Amino acid sequence: MHIDPLEKKWAYAAVGIAGLFVGIILIDALFHGINAPSNVETIDSASLHLSEEFDEDNLGVQVDESGTITIRMVAGRYGFYPKHITVPADTSLTFRWVSMDVLHGVHMPMTNMSTMIVPGYVAQVTTTLPKPGEYPLLCNEYCGIGHDHMWSNVSVVAKEHWTAPGKAPSKGGQDND
Amino acid sequence: MIDVVTKKLAFCHLWVAFGAFLLACFMGEYQVLERSGFIPAIESPSVYFASVSTHGVLMAFVLTTFFIMGFGYVVATTSLKQPIWNPQWAWAGFGISSFGTVLAAIPLLTGKASVLYTFYPPIIGHWMFYVGATLLIVGSWLWCVIMIMMMREWKQANPGAPVPLAMFATAGNALLWLWTSAGVALEVLFQLIPMALGWMDTLDPGLARTLFAWTLHPIVYFWLIPAYTAFYVLVPKQAGGYLFSDEIARAAFVVLIVFALPIGFHHLYMDPEQAKGWKLLHGVGTFVVSLPTFITGFSVIASLEIAGRLRGGKGLFGWIGSLPWRNPMVLSVILALLMLILGGFGGLVNASYAMNAMIHNTAWVPGHFHLIFAGTTVIMYFAIAYYLWPIMAGKPLFSKDMALVQLWTWFIGMTILTTPWHVLGLLGQPRRISGVEYNSLLTLAWDPYELAMIFGGLVMLGSACLFVYNLAMTHRSQEVFEGEIEYAEPIHPVTDLPEYLNDFTLWNKVIAGLMALSFGVPILQFFFMKTFGSSAWGF
Ligand code: HEM
Ligand SMILES: [Cu+2]
Ligand SMILES: [Cu+2]
Repeated sequence: MHIDPLEKKWAYAAVGIAGLFVGIILIDALFHGINAPSNVETIDSASLHLSEEFDEDNLGVQVDESGTITIRMVAGRYGFYPKHITVPADTSLTFRWVSMDVLHGVHMPMTNMSTMIVPGYVAQVTTTLPKPGEYPLLCNEYCGIGHDHMWSNVSVVAKEHWTAPGKAPSKGGQDND
Repeated sequence: MIDVVTKKLAFCHLWVAFGAFLLACFMGEYQVLERSGFIPAIESPSVYFASVSTHGVLMAFVLTTFFIMGFGYVVATTSLKQPIWNPQWAWAGFGISSFGTVLAAIPLLTGKASVLYTFYPPIIGHWMFYVGATLLIVGSWLWCVIMIMMMREWKQANPGAPVPLAMFATAGNALLWLWTSAGVALEVLFQLIPMALGWMDTLDPGLARTLFAWTLHPIVYFWLIPAYTAFYVLVPKQAGGYLFSDEIARAAFVVLIVFALPIGFHHLYMDPEQAKGWKLLHGVGTFVVSLPTFITGFSVIASLEIAGRLRGGKGLFGWIGSLPWRNPMVLSVILALLMLILGGFGGLVNASYAMNAMIHNTAWVPGHFHLIFAGTTVIMYFAIAYYLWPIMAGKPLFSKDMALVQLWTWFIGMTILTTPWHVLGLLGQPRRISGVEYNSLLTLAWDPYELAMIFGGLVMLGSACLFVYNLAMTHRSQEVFEGEIEYAEPIHPVTDLPEYLNDFTLWNKVIAGLMALSFGVPILQFFFMKTFGSSAWGF
């Protein structure tokens, strides 16, 4: 077998380049916790309104006793519900997304709030949004002829101007049906 | 000499491929126009999505599969100097794939299967679409068997001799395609067809996406391998030089084939149904499969340099100018490499586990794959066609100048189309939208880019027409052309080749092991977890 010395050098260089990228990704993932949304948590998309967590009263922004902010959102043709939410900038936010029908995807342009929303699964993303402003949430996976119309809004306000929404009534609100 | 049966088979396959291609290019231009919203009269999401579904299927499945089969028959008979093993099977494969294409086209064109070429459930289209797509694949399996059998027969007749590189790559691609198509075949047979026919009430979209991801990565290597084959075995000769290294080329093909398979989860980075450890594993594999591309780039450029210097080129870069730029194959490879460098950079962004979040499912993605698939890969399909046509038709190419103009305009049009497409993605535009309905100031910045895309698409459409016209007119020529396919010689002839670079038996086992490792648990988990199925939805 014949390998040219120059080619051998190049092969080492290529392995080095790929290795560098792999190294950065592994360090980010293993030590800085930078990961894609991957919580492998199932839910019955056909009966979200009966699930406690995604009952209509429970959707939107919530702050628990320890101050953790969780945002529960339902994607359905053609919108993300609630249609408008207000969240603080520079604060760790945990989004929990479910679909009530087909496959959707959602991203907030210029941020790394991005995930697929697969029916039957809860998609969870934790991130912070550094810049206050008005952002759209856009559906980025074809979900039917009305796909272009699938969006909603997020207001990101400076931390100091944000007030936690009042605690949602615990039970007994209206249902979707 | 190419025998009559092979010529007939090849022409039939290649004309189906390029016919589909031309039709789909018209749809592509319609799509950029429609989605821009500049012409209110043609606004229609239902037509748009029927069109994108058809355009995607024609380009990704019909153009590629038929081209690869047709080119494969030519490579097998000419490199092995052996007739086609079982031509009846070859015709049966052609018939089944063609019938499947027609069957799928009916619901696609009538808007009954606007499920896009990725057909993600639980949206379900007309059953004819899934059955047609399955038959298209089943027909191509016959081609795979023929390629593998021909390589085996040749090896029996020539014990110990190195299988010609062109055939080694082609048979490897056949093996790759058998493995690749198994994922989507499982999805279609056990989930989509039963659902479309109403035999099943629910399916698990998470499992479906996992099976589709099995196919979605290696399929792009199935499309790309003919282009790489041309890089290694046709280009050096056309440029007037030698292949830099035969053995390294084989090693590159082996790594490409083996590692293309177990890495499909980079398409699921943003999905909730797979855990991060598996994604990370597939992510690392994704970088392994970039290695053969680095090596290929080196080899091709080195082969070109040898040719340039043999033609009198001097100095560090002087050899570039002395290459035969007016040879369509050489021009194509230069343009293909340029697009590969740009597209490869984009690919690194996509593959990077966390950066992916910024561009996932944005307009960046179609921008990226038009550049590398419709660009790098398809321009080599053009080059191969320009090379084969005169040899197979026995008539000179209708116009070489037209071919050169066509290749340049494809490259220029592609640059104009895909640069703004990438930018739109960075500005947050989702892919697969038929118009901009978001009531947001953000979208005002998108318009100028849409305009540039329309123009780029128009240049490409013109280029596509020139391509098909040139080939069609070649058949009508009265002149006679005599030529044979000339495969490049390596600088150092291969003498003692280790069996693992001359055979796929070992690699087939390695693939089985890697697939079990990377897909075993992620697929089995759906049967152990408590999951909830989804019922079917229209679109
Ligand atoms: C005249 C040249 C072309 C133009 C103007 C064009 C334009 C487009 C447009 C506008 C879309 C829709 C993207 C979206 O909605 O996000 C699309 C989709 C697609 N194109 Fe092209 N295209 C062209 C040629 C090609 C070629 C040569 C190929 C491959 C060989 C190709 C492969 C695809 C595929 C696979 C899709 C489906 C993408 C999806 O479903 O998201 N196109 N094209
Ligand atoms: Cu949607
Ligand atoms: Cu891939």
